[in-house]
Amino acid sequence: MRQFFVFARKEFYHIFRDKRTLLILFGMPVVQIILFGFAITNEIKNADIAVLDQSRDYYSTRLVQKLTAGGYFRIDRRLQSHRTIEDAFREGRIKMAVVIPPEFGQSFFHLKKAQVQLLADAGDPNTATTLINYASSIIGNYQQELNGQTQLPLTIDTTVTMQYNAALKSVFLFVPGVMTLILLLVSAMMTSITIAREKELGTMEILLVSPLPPPLIVLGKVVPYIVLSFINALMILALGVFLFGMPIRGSMVLLLMECVLFVLTSLSLGILISTVTDKQQTAMMASMMGLLMPTTLLSGFIFPIESMPLPLQWLSNLMPAKWFIIILKDIMLKGAGLEVIWLQTLVLCGMTLLFVAMSIRNFKTRLS
Amino acid sequence: MPAPIIVQDIHKKFGTVQALQNISFTVNEGELFGLIGPDGAGKSTLFRILTTLLLADKGQASVTGLDVVKDYKAIRRVVGYMPGRFSLYQDLTVAENLHFFATIFNTTVEANYELIEEIYVQIEPFKKRPAGKLSGGMKQKLALCCALVHKPAVLFLDEPTTGVDPVSRKEFWEMLQRLRKKGIAILVSTPYMDEAMLCDRVALIQNGELLNINPPQAIIRQFSKPLWAVRAKEMYRLIQDLRAFEDTDSCYAFGEHLHLTLKHGRERVDQLQAYLQPKQHEQFSMEPIEAGIEDCFMELMKSHR
Repeated sequence: MRQFFVFARKEFYHIFRDKRTLLILFGMPVVQIILFGFAITNEIKNADIAVLDQSRDYYSTRLVQKLTAGGYFRIDRRLQSHRTIEDAFREGRIKMAVVIPPEFGQSFFHLKKAQVQLLADAGDPNTATTLINYASSIIGNYQQELNGQTQLPLTIDTTVTMQYNAALKSVFLFVPGVMTLILLLVSAMMTSITIAREKELGTMEILLVSPLPPPLIVLGKVVPYIVLSFINALMILALGVFLFGMPIRGSMVLLLMECVLFVLTSLSLGILISTVTDKQQTAMMASMMGLLMPTTLLSGFIFPIESMPLPLQWLSNLMPAKWFIIILKDIMLKGAGLEVIWLQTLVLCGMTLLFVAMSIRNFKTRLS
Repeated sequence: MPAPIIVQDIHKKFGTVQALQNISFTVNEGELFGLIGPDGAGKSTLFRILTTLLLADKGQASVTGLDVVKDYKAIRRVVGYMPGRFSLYQDLTVAENLHFFATIFNTTVEANYELIEEIYVQIEPFKKRPAGKLSGGMKQKLALCCALVHKPAVLFLDEPTTGVDPVSRKEFWEMLQRLRKKGIAILVSTPYMDEAMLCDRVALIQNGELLNINPPQAIIRQFSKPLWAVRAKEMYRLIQDLRAFEDTDSCYAFGEHLHLTLKHGRERVDQLQAYLQPKQHEQFSMEPIEAGIEDCFMELMKSHR
């Protein structure tokens, strides 16, 4: 027991004396969650548009005001002729152009029909669609406003409620994903690197020629990282809640327990990586490439799993991150309890046991 | 009680490279046994087999009577091992390293302090310095302390003096002599031939084979040829000329002199002088000398090449 204590203390010395390790451990998660949280978003805010208002009457001016009032659009420039539209797009600043033909108000009231042309830069189809949708709905509202009391004879009134995320904040989608990704990366990468370092520097050679049983060597190296990764999880949670306004509707205790479970899964994955690598570089590359890429692509973090081809959907089941993202969303957004997420929890437990068992099988008690 | 180290017919191959073959020797209690050989001769591989880190392809070995394959766990409790590369924690201080290694061997620095005291007092002034910032000699002394702190029955030191200044090397060997007197069997390897004289017995290893196992004095006695120390002002031209001479058996540079043996011994010294006469070497001198251990090794290595 004393051996174990001294071993773990040695590991803490390593961590706290190496500024780079500290930075990766505590700096990287904060920077990443802020970057991801603010940068990766599919909401449109302040999109630059150009306006060619050939009518310049009261009604067309009101329409342009309506467009810019919501904070979705910002007028970059006012154009004078059709010919300049193309040039404006070429410059690359504007995402959409609005063309209002002459005598807009007059046609609306007298001909009962007015036209507005929307041109969008479909180089980025998703953004283009979103912008057109926003603009159409604003124009639609304006039309109703102008119609005033005149009721249409028959209408179907759709009432939409966006459950669990009424404001449709994409942050609610990304924060659990980013939390998962960072916890996985930091925990798995740091453990695999720290064990590979003992091998690379030759200290593993001395540790092996000592009465320490190999499981104790691994445990002594990993326990400090369990503590630190858990602190990390708390930090990320706090950032999610206070910076991005994530709610925690479920049980806090359950949430923390699940975080511990996922930290254990990631650490055991790190141990597994370290049993097959001898160099810190290799360990880092293996963790980055082997975990980062599949996790971002297949965990449902960015691309919805439901829209993937079937083989990829099966593959996504192998990602520990997928299960943890579901757990996080269920607890934080839906306030779910263990009776809802028992399956995901069980999957993570199973994965952890599997990784640990494989690591024990792979661990070399000799050098080769 | 069996000898501390018994090696029988060990073979080891890495891919197609025969790293070790036909290795057999015994190290007795309280013996300082030297393994002398150039880099790549297979010294470290042998150490790793004996410290249970590698498995031999063929042959048996035992340490304190324990088999290196079957009883590896027990061996790991009783040996001290200092790998060829400095393998302590560079970011831990001297005292932290020592304390750490004492603890993982289930003992304390205080319990065996008398064993390491002589060495430790030399590095004690630096005990708060990170191990990575010590000089080469200090590092090796610390590594020896760490390997000794659990009072091992057998000590394996793989090239402990490589990269260490001459004064520290001498001190290091004096420590080994004292440890030997305390009954610890020591297997030490070195690429420096002059260190062979300080061992009780030495084994010369080359290309994975042992060439000769004997006390160093016996190895010198085996050297039967007359030997000359030759020098002149232009050493490089001299060595070229001597090697071109038909009766030259060997000619190597040793410090300021060339050590020369002839195929026919003293018989043809006159011919050599006649051969060198027209070459007009300035400050030429040639004197018969006693062979040193290095001459013997050069001779042995040459005959096995």
